Amino acid sequence: MSIQVRFFASLRERVGHTRLSIESAGIATARDVWHAVSASPLDEEMLVAINKAYASLDKAVSDGDEVAFFPPVTGG
Amino acid sequence: MRVEIRETAFDPWLEVSAFRRDHLAAGRIGASAVFVGTMRDFNEGDDVKSMVLEHYPGMTEQHLETMTQDAISKHQLSDALVIHRVGTILPADDIVLVAAFSAHRKEALIACREMMETLKSTAPFWKKESLASGERWVEKNTAG
Repeated sequence: MSIQVRFFASLRERVGHTRLSIESAGIATARDVWHAVSASPLDEEMLVAINKAYASLDKAVSDGDEVAFFPPVTGG
Repeated sequence: MRVEIRETAFDPWLEVSAFRRDHLAAGRIGASAVFVGTMRDFNEGDDVKSMVLEHYPGMTEQHLETMTQDAISKHQLSDALVIHRVGTILPADDIVLVAAFSAHRKEALIACREMMETLKSTAPFWKKESLASGERWVEKNTAG
């Protein structure tokens, strides 16, 4: 089973991917997802969403979840 | 309630007029509070030629719908309308429309302001500006 990972805006350019699919084995939280896709620490101001709802880095993730990472929002 | 993400230019004043005509009961609305955000041709001391507005399809719509429904409930609005552009935007293009409709002005004015501030601080949109010197991401919104 897998977890879908998405990146937006400047973080997408930094990571170099729009989407990734990772194996869910050994992944418990959104923080684990980040460490599975990047060797660098996640900036404190970066935001996380699980299944299109804001979440904390320590929130649990499960098989089939979509986890997104993105910078502070600048709409309007 | 209507929430829309638009990929093409829109006229917010025509949208408000059409929404009032088609969705609001004549005689029941005493106040329409409208905010329209428009692209400037300058930011942080630089000329801006254009920008690209990115969003998170699915999450952005869901987030705006929840925000709008919460505002309607909290302020007993008659209705509300939110439209936001994405894609390539040029100076003088309208970016966002937030409109709140109620029986009296207090609720409409407060709700419009609250929705706009919530949108600016939490809705998943990101701006990338095109300058004469190249491109840059907008890192944070102005304070007000």
